[in-house]
Amino acid sequence: MRRIISVLLENEAGALSRVVGLFAQRNYNIETLTVAPTEDATLSRLTVTTVGDDRKIEQITKHLNKLIEVVKVVDLTEGEHIERELMLVKIKAVGAQRAEVKRTADIFRGQIVDATDASYTVQVVGTSSKLDAFIRAIGELSILEVVRSGVSGLSRGERVVGL
Amino acid sequence: MELLSGGEMIIRALQDEGVEYVFGYPGGAALHIYDAIFKQQAVQHVLVRHEQAATHMADGYARATGRPGVALVTSGPGATNAVTGIATAFMDSIPMIVISGQVNNELIGTDSFQETDMVGISRPVVKHSFMVKSAEEIPEVMKKAFFIATSGRPGPVVVDVPKDTTDPAVRCEYRYPERVRMRSYNPASRGHSGQIRKAVDLLLTGRRPIVYAGGGVIQGEASEALTELARLLGWPVTNTLMGLGCYPATDRQFLGMLGMHGTYQANMAMHHSDTILAVGARFDDRVTNDPSKFCPDARIVHIDVDPATISKIVPVDVPIVGPAASVLQDMAAVVRERLEAEPAAVDRDALGRWWKQIEEWRERHGLDHDQRHRVGPGEPIKPQVVVQALYRATKGEAYVTSDVGQHQMFAAQYYHFDKPRRWINSGGLGTMGFGLPAAMGVKFAYPDAIVACVTGEGSIQMNIQELSTCTQYGLPVKIVNLNNQALGMVRQWQDMQYGGRHSQSTYQDSLPDFVRLAEAYGHVGIRVTDIADLEDAMAETFSAKNRDRLVFLDVAVDQDEHVYPMWVKGGSMRDMFLSKTEQT
Repeated sequence: MRRIISVLLENEAGALSRVVGLFAQRNYNIETLTVAPTEDATLSRLTVTTVGDDRKIEQITKHLNKLIEVVKVVDLTEGEHIERELMLVKIKAVGAQRAEVKRTADIFRGQIVDATDASYTVQVVGTSSKLDAFIRAIGELSILEVVRSGVSGLSRGERVVGL
Repeated sequence: MELLSGGEMIIRALQDEGVEYVFGYPGGAALHIYDAIFKQQAVQHVLVRHEQAATHMADGYARATGRPGVALVTSGPGATNAVTGIATAFMDSIPMIVISGQVNNELIGTDSFQETDMVGISRPVVKHSFMVKSAEEIPEVMKKAFFIATSGRPGPVVVDVPKDTTDPAVRCEYRYPERVRMRSYNPASRGHSGQIRKAVDLLLTGRRPIVYAGGGVIQGEASEALTELARLLGWPVTNTLMGLGCYPATDRQFLGMLGMHGTYQANMAMHHSDTILAVGARFDDRVTNDPSKFCPDARIVHIDVDPATISKIVPVDVPIVGPAASVLQDMAAVVRERLEAEPAAVDRDALGRWWKQIEEWRERHGLDHDQRHRVGPGEPIKPQVVVQALYRATKGEAYVTSDVGQHQMFAAQYYHFDKPRRWINSGGLGTMGFGLPAAMGVKFAYPDAIVACVTGEGSIQMNIQELSTCTQYGLPVKIVNLNNQALGMVRQWQDMQYGGRHSQSTYQDSLPDFVRLAEAYGHVGIRVTDIADLEDAMAETFSAKNRDRLVFLDVAVDQDEHVYPMWVKGGSMRDMFLSKTEQT
């Protein structure tokens, strides 16, 4: 089962490598990973999506918690949550394709953020599955390049991952 | 306020931590620190012959005393040589500080001379590591390093120190913090009282119970509390390889070690138990055999200071996260309370029947009833007999270190440890070459104690250069070499699983004369080839005459001997080979 794990860690050199190293060392899988400082510059917020059964996820969260620089670990998928991923897609767009790409981008509430005679660059934001669906809708043959941010998430309501 | 250089601050911090010994080896990047060592007397430096040995000495010192061991190495090869010793300490949760020199900050990342990314290379085998960024932060980094290494589940901490941060020309204020607070690190200080009550409720219904206790009991200074609870309950006790000594081995309630080479009675009792109290043990693969077949009827209470250990291999019914000593004391109080309120809470008849069964097992295949090790004059000496002779000669009171292999298992089986911290071996990582330097670390800690290293001719050669260090510091450790002229455990597996094809496990024509080798370093060497001479040689090794001498006792033992019991791979705990011809 796919999980979104949110980690608050000290914003220090080497902290990220410990998290990534832990996943490699214990044979856990990383599907996406995002990390950036929070409103408190001494802390980073890291979001990792991984796949595993309950037992494996329990081990992952326990081992993350053991890392000295990790302040807090929450499995967002345990409760109601919001997840977003940002994607930029450069798409071949000539002739009739131009209108088709624009229409598809509109359906997915994407924005065209760059254009040339032969291509559009579309920004799409949403859940990972929505981004997957957009790629399918455009069709792989027309896609020139894709970059995805990885998943970020927050729990719904007033629950927060804080100190 | 004092002004000190970074190098001086490191040594002052060691003084403020009450460190007696630093085991190390100098080199370019560490020379400012070494100069600071030269200018003081409080912390004594021990010059080793190889950095791996420095870490094992610090480790042996820590295992024997419970206080953190300290090693100091230079950058590059000094640091990488230390990695095996760090990993050894990590796997067995031993508190250790390893200070490594590093090239100047401005050279980091330029592939400069003797540069290696020590924080990176050691990352998977440390509890934590620090890279010192400036001299000012050294006192706080050192305080944090000691705090992390010694609290919660202990472990090694690396402090990597770029040479420019120890520059004698740069002096800063030194104030050693009394305590550190880390918002991201708060090890459990007590077990949850609700969980403890729940656990006691479960334990008291046990009809075929057993206590399974590991190294965490020793590291957590919980041996007394464990012994008290086990006696209160009247339950049988088994120890892991790392836990030996946490419950008195000569006590009737003790069943011996469990696991791959555990006793018949311990493994049978585990398999047939209905209630297991696991304390400071981690359900290691060398204990459980196939986890899916592990103790099918048992409900399990697991006490551990590390939450990640709980339900890692085997799901448990009642987990308690906390320091073993306080949890066991709290548990004993609840048990007493329950028994006073309701003396019939425990089914004494069932416990009596369980003990009767265990005694039958012990009678049938217990190690001490085994007469097979008796040999006549001229026949090869059985290695088990050598350990038994060592046990008698030292009255069971020695600190015994070992290396890794058959001799390690024979020592674990036949030397009966009644006290914690007396049995010192590399259980988790299984590091050959550990025994001699570990014994030296113990001897530094306790100069008046008898310290014996049970080893084999394979393992001893992995750090034999430390015989020179023993000469320099006059360390009279006693080495008992079970010399079978082969890599015994490898050979045993090749006998049992590879049709007797002894691939790369012998070297008999190239072994040194260990007696002359010991003598070359200025030590005493004794060789025994006949069983008739064993007792006398053992007596001479530990005689008053040799009290201040290192004695290398080289005993020729039977190359074809195997360690038994030995589990049947992929089976349950009751599936064992009991000899070359018997299987459960």
